[in-house]
Amino acid sequence: MIMDLDRQQQMVEEMLAEARAQGATAAEAAVSADESLSVTVRLGALETVEQSRDHSLGITVYMGQRKGSSSTTDFSPAAIRESVKKACTIARYTSEDPYAGLADPAQQAKDYPDLDLCHPWQLDVAEATEIATACEQAARDADSRVTNSEGATVNSHVGGFIYGNSNGFMGGYPVSRHNISCVVMAQDGNSMQRDYWYDSSRLPGHLEPPEAIGREAARRTLDKLHARKLGTCQAPVLFSANMASSLMRSLIGAIRGHAQYRKSSFLLDALGQQILPEWVQIHENPLLPRGLASAPFDSEGVATRGNRFVVDGVLNHYVLDSYAARKLEMETTGNAGGVRNLTIDTGSSDREALIREMGRGLLVTELLGQGFNPVTGDYSRGAAGFWVEQGEIQYPVEEITIAGNMKQMLQQLVAVGNDIHKASSIRTGSWLIENMTIAGD
Amino acid sequence: MENALDIASTALLEAPGIGDQQLQRIMDTLVSRQVDTADAYFQYSRLESWVLDDGIVKEGNHNIDQGAGLRAISGEKTGFSYTEDLDLTSLLQAAGTARAITRSGQSGALKIQSGRAIAPVYSTTDPLASLTDSAKIELLKSLDAEARKLDPRVKQVTASLAAAHDVVLIINNEGLLTADVRPLVRCNVQVIVEQQGRREQGSAGGGARTSLEFLLEQDRALGFAREAVRQALVNLEAVDTPAGPMPVVLGSGWPGILLHEAVGHGLEGDLNRKGLSTFSGRTGEQVASPLCTVVDDGTLPGRRGSLTIDDEGTPAQHTVLIENGILRSYMQDRFNGSLTGTASTGNGRRESYAHLPIPRMTNTYMLPGEQEPEEIIRSVDRGLYAVNFAGGQVDITSGKFVFSLNEAYLIENGRITQPVKGATLIGNGPEVMSRISMVGNDLQLDPGVGVCGKDGQSVPVGVGQPTLKVDEITVGGIAV
Repeated sequence: MIMDLDRQQQMVEEMLAEARAQGATAAEAAVSADESLSVTVRLGALETVEQSRDHSLGITVYMGQRKGSSSTTDFSPAAIRESVKKACTIARYTSEDPYAGLADPAQQAKDYPDLDLCHPWQLDVAEATEIATACEQAARDADSRVTNSEGATVNSHVGGFIYGNSNGFMGGYPVSRHNISCVVMAQDGNSMQRDYWYDSSRLPGHLEPPEAIGREAARRTLDKLHARKLGTCQAPVLFSANMASSLMRSLIGAIRGHAQYRKSSFLLDALGQQILPEWVQIHENPLLPRGLASAPFDSEGVATRGNRFVVDGVLNHYVLDSYAARKLEMETTGNAGGVRNLTIDTGSSDREALIREMGRGLLVTELLGQGFNPVTGDYSRGAAGFWVEQGEIQYPVEEITIAGNMKQMLQQLVAVGNDIHKASSIRTGSWLIENMTIAGD
Repeated sequence: MENALDIASTALLEAPGIGDQQLQRIMDTLVSRQVDTADAYFQYSRLESWVLDDGIVKEGNHNIDQGAGLRAISGEKTGFSYTEDLDLTSLLQAAGTARAITRSGQSGALKIQSGRAIAPVYSTTDPLASLTDSAKIELLKSLDAEARKLDPRVKQVTASLAAAHDVVLIINNEGLLTADVRPLVRCNVQVIVEQQGRREQGSAGGGARTSLEFLLEQDRALGFAREAVRQALVNLEAVDTPAGPMPVVLGSGWPGILLHEAVGHGLEGDLNRKGLSTFSGRTGEQVASPLCTVVDDGTLPGRRGSLTIDDEGTPAQHTVLIENGILRSYMQDRFNGSLTGTASTGNGRRESYAHLPIPRMTNTYMLPGEQEPEEIIRSVDRGLYAVNFAGGQVDITSGKFVFSLNEAYLIENGRITQPVKGATLIGNGPEVMSRISMVGNDLQLDPGVGVCGKDGQSVPVGVGQPTLKVDEITVGGIAV
């Protein structure tokens, strides 16, 4: 570690003291530092080696009910003092906001568990090069139609942070994250396609073998060759697991407290309503040891908990931080900074079973563009994937769009597969939606 | 106006005590005989932003980001390291790490010299100080008041204001020392309207490389509030978009994002060098209809995508990418240019010191044609008139691109009729470009809101185009 957590804690304490000295009535500060190594091999040769050391600190001060924030990567004592001063100056100009402030001290995490999130990888450039080479080689060897590559990358990252506030909370811990990814191109006649695959874990030993990642990148790319367009129609749509996670993200966006009090949600005031079929359970698991999105406390020091957001298809509670909770006259759910290890209970069908269940329809493995309106739920995005008939994949398709309204799409969820994509911090399998509009020729 | 090199030397070298001698040592550590290209990129940037939401100014934030990125290239190998500590020890360590990619070789001895002065395309004045904090607050409040005053159906207003002052200093393996001081301001207004239980949103904004006073001139920011309300009210009347292929007329200005996605990314030098773009190896070929001439121009004064010099110290240029439908040039940085035997076109850009420079667009637009916009709309029996876009994305290898519309209308019998919602356009870059059959005489650049993402790096860009007609493109919608 380039900076130990004790030093970071000392800096947080100094910033909080400085804020107090400058007249702040409350303050919160965070210091983070990390280092990473990233090595890319392309066409069998080392292409890029990137090594970095990052650090930053941020402070938010309150002058009564007014708030100001600042951050800096310059850690000189003068810059830190200046940063605190700048936050205080800003807090003299922002408006009185009756809901502003730190989290309720009673909600703050007291003795939080060690979630085993840091497993450094003693990786040097030579070893990383070897792994990336093996990964890319497996992809290139998979088929003669894999003619080009954007390379394979091995990335290892370790860091840590401390968050503290003037209500007496002080906490932090080290984290690690390691990735292997591969992007290749395949060509056959006039058809040219590119795709990728990756794995990600807190533990280097838990990563998929590099060859498996390379082969999967090749398979995904090859499967796309000679993709056709489809005629415009309405049909069931099966979102592959890694695409279904974007639907989960849109759902969470709509039930965030911020979207609710701003009335900018397609699920406005939906608390207690049936927003999904009654077999659907959605919860988070923030205390999962070694989890990609695990955290014992949220970004304002509030203890995280296993929130059950959707119970039997009914919206059980919103995703709240202290601010949104006060606005909505509710209690924080410990979700400042987001949801952690969001999970949907899956059925017993794997993806192949869902393809059979769908019978005739579209399997979506790729989405393009940002065509989702969070206020209305209107959903219209570019897509690519496979056309399915008689329960079997027929051919790859591309240059089509799928459209619907998210509110109805959630109601029309038919099944969730057990094919969980474990490299994602959102744990879901494939989603089968009863009916959407597909636009093509 | 102060000289950029003086400002940058003071902010980035003098403060941490880096003199000529220390700079020499850093470069000697970074460059060896095996290194073909190398540079050290010093950056100090300050960003200030304010957000009004729910009727009050809730947030204000000030951010300082400083650091240095050091890069050494040997053949196709790149070594890169960055540090946020600008002291000599950290810089020497980063230089050694970056150079470790090459076998050890004899260090060169560089003669450091200042690059020739380039006429700046924006002022070096710090935009953060161009308005007082009180004036910034007043501006945001006036936008909230304006939006709410325009229509009682306006239920929520979010307005934001941001100003950045970015100081960069670059020294390369030829010993050339260059600097740039870049201002950037931006203002955005988003509103939510409600009518009989139906809610819709509208948003508008703009910005430039200038001072915040730009937003006050000609009531420009108030114009964003009015535009956001207008757009949201139009959307209240919008019906479902019909799905399927049809002729589409794209409005002038911001819809130029079509060019950015359909051809711009595909013409960036990195993916072409690697043979990964649908446009690879096609210089001199017809890749668009003969009506199309597309340029990338970083020299437009004050535009959001403009640069006096790029992030490798190369002066920004006016590059003709496509001339009368023929592919003329790719956009290059030094690395990809030298590997393909061409010069940099001044398109080497990086999000910050913490990222490697790669070929990126600046302001990309299509030159005007001869037709009146009304004439173009009159030529369509049944189709779509696309005026405002939320954003787009492209797969450079397959050429497929998509973009989402947030304001569009049906054209029926040559007349604009009903607004539609939830429309997406999807097509293949070269194919769609070849189907452009009419080009208007009304070239407009966008209001200065573009952010382009590539390889995890975001940079400000500009786009523009005249009204134009694509004979057929797939429209994604919900109605069949």
